[in-house]
Amino acid sequence: MSESTATASRGATRRSAAAAPRRSYLRPILLGLGLLVLLALPLYLEEFWLRTGFAVAGAMVGAIGLNLLVGTTGQLSLAHAFFLAVGAVTYVFVSGESGGLGLADLGGLGWPPLIGMTAGVVLAGVAGLIFSPIAARLRGIYLGVASLGLVFIGQHVLNSWTTVTGGFNGRSAPEFSLFGFTFSNTDPDLFVLDVPFREAERLWYLGLVLALAAYVFARNLLRSRAGRALQTLRDSEVAASVMGVNVQRYKARVFLVSSMYAGLAGVMYALSIGSIAPESFGLEVSILYLAMIVLGGLGSVGGAALGALFVSALPLIFQRYADVVPLVGGTGDGGLAAGEAARYFFGLAIVLVVLFEPAGLAGLAERFRRRGRDPGRGGAPTSRSSAATSGSTTSVPSDPPAQGSSS
Amino acid sequence: MTQFLSLLMNGISLGALYALIALGFVVIFKASEVVSFTHGSLLLLGAYSIARLSDPLGFYLAVLVGVAITALAAFLIERLIINRLRGAPVISLAIVTIGVDIILLTELIRRIGSDILNVPHPWAGGSVRIGDVGISENRLIATIVAALLIGLFFLAFKFSSWGVAMRASAEDGETAALMGIRLGRVSVLAWVIAGVLAGVAALFLVGSPTPGVSPAAYTVALRAFPAAILGGLDSTGGALVGGLLIGLAESFAAGYQDQLLFLGRGFGDVVPYIVMIAVLLFRPSGLFGTRELTRV
Repeated sequence: MSESTATASRGATRRSAAAAPRRSYLRPILLGLGLLVLLALPLYLEEFWLRTGFAVAGAMVGAIGLNLLVGTTGQLSLAHAFFLAVGAVTYVFVSGESGGLGLADLGGLGWPPLIGMTAGVVLAGVAGLIFSPIAARLRGIYLGVASLGLVFIGQHVLNSWTTVTGGFNGRSAPEFSLFGFTFSNTDPDLFVLDVPFREAERLWYLGLVLALAAYVFARNLLRSRAGRALQTLRDSEVAASVMGVNVQRYKARVFLVSSMYAGLAGVMYALSIGSIAPESFGLEVSILYLAMIVLGGLGSVGGAALGALFVSALPLIFQRYADVVPLVGGTGDGGLAAGEAARYFFGLAIVLVVLFEPAGLAGLAERFRRRGRDPGRGGAPTSRSSAATSGSTTSVPSDPPAQGSSS
Repeated sequence: MTQFLSLLMNGISLGALYALIALGFVVIFKASEVVSFTHGSLLLLGAYSIARLSDPLGFYLAVLVGVAITALAAFLIERLIINRLRGAPVISLAIVTIGVDIILLTELIRRIGSDILNVPHPWAGGSVRIGDVGISENRLIATIVAALLIGLFFLAFKFSSWGVAMRASAEDGETAALMGIRLGRVSVLAWVIAGVLAGVAALFLVGSPTPGVSPAAYTVALRAFPAAILGGLDSTGGALVGGLLIGLAESFAAGYQDQLLFLGRGFGDVVPYIVMIAVLLFRPSGLFGTRELTRV
């Protein structure tokens, strides 16, 4: 961080300190209320929404991880689907039972799911570390295309290493359980306020905990010394190394963290679908994750979570309400299939966001907040011009002071 | 030996097609600093247009119109989007092309559906024998056309005023602009050329050994990425070498599949990426790319 940003952030703290009496009560109360609502939702929502919720939580974890790499550090990676696959496959292999399924002879260790999940996260991290020597040497766009290769290699491995992955047809994922409490429909039967707590309800809470943990960890990371180092790395590698940031080591570390996030997201994906197959980890998945963080706002943790909510829930909702949403008309002629409609939408949204609001949804939120707080100043300073003048590698200005409040 | 020679021939012809696509890729990168992820769907657009139009228009006219449509699409992308983002970070530019790619690809896949469209090449599925070695007529013509186009391109790049302008603006955009070179025009021309190259490559890629126009052509086009990266993103000669290298590697891996069976079936499809990663490990800017030097 340069001298000027340091003073700017000090100014920001002073300003927020002045506004503190009004805000300090409101935010915790709102957060607490929000959390309470989230905790109570399984009592009222039907299964579809709860399952969507768990899928969204998984996507949030993955998106936050990718955002650390692409948004914060400025390393374009299309390999996220590969690391997701590593996590998911490891979980299924470690916790799954061995046995035959049709022609395939499946291996499995049958260990407790918690160990499987941990192994998935760790192994994805290891895969990230193995790739990081390549990643650390490549600059910007070279990395983007090289990481593309990982996805295809991963696809090949998924298709041919049948004993572990189940091959082309995939294999089913074991149910999660925690110290004897299974996250399934029965065993033990559970009723809360006369509402049966079945698989969907239980997974909802699991997703809530994991997504929250992922969020808090990433936010704290960004506010720490390491987080500032990563942001400096994005703005200028030369400046970073002059300031004493070990460029290679930090790149390797951020790759490690990001792929561990992806590993967890992969495990959650396997749990939410109930099975894994090669086609679930194709290039399209990487691109969707990229769409999430671009729409949400590069570099902002809250933005990534918001983008994940948007991108992963939209196709499901289109699918469910195909007959209500205009233009999405099921299989009939003239109408679009739900997945297609969602893809058009994402593509268009990416283009529009990069063209008009490079800071994404988080930037929009920030702009509204500033306008509310300080009507004289108008909108936020246009981020594109500042990015262009600083010649940084992403479209977001370095924004540690703003970031904390963008949740 | 015969098998080796025929694989060699096939590899070269496939490599020539990859080189065509990769060349477009490199030209775009040099002119506008954009890594165009739209290339796969541009290629599919070309193949689709040719296949659809060859019924009403006849083959040759359809090829012309199809290539023109691809070039037009590239033109529009440059004018409507890339041009507005001049000076934006490289990553934003790459991401915006991914967005365009999603839209275009979704539309094309929806139109193609599950059927495989046929391009009625006049040379159909015939094959030629040179000595002991057989090669499909389509691939042979592809190699010749690609060689001609690439030669033409290099001549233009070296001698035409556009080529000079382009090289100057790639060297130092600001100075070039001060010398009166219109960067916008250079950039749009680069996109159009890339569109034409992709359209021509599409014509041959969906021919004889492959069944026809299907969304799978998109993944084939993606393998030109390793070709471009391998040679160095800012090196036109590198694109040529990279394309040939990738084509050969893929052809040999597919041909000697039985000996490589322990690596799994369909290994040929991933070989391009493995070669790319191996090369990047030793030369992070590709074989012929300029190394970025940083001074403090």
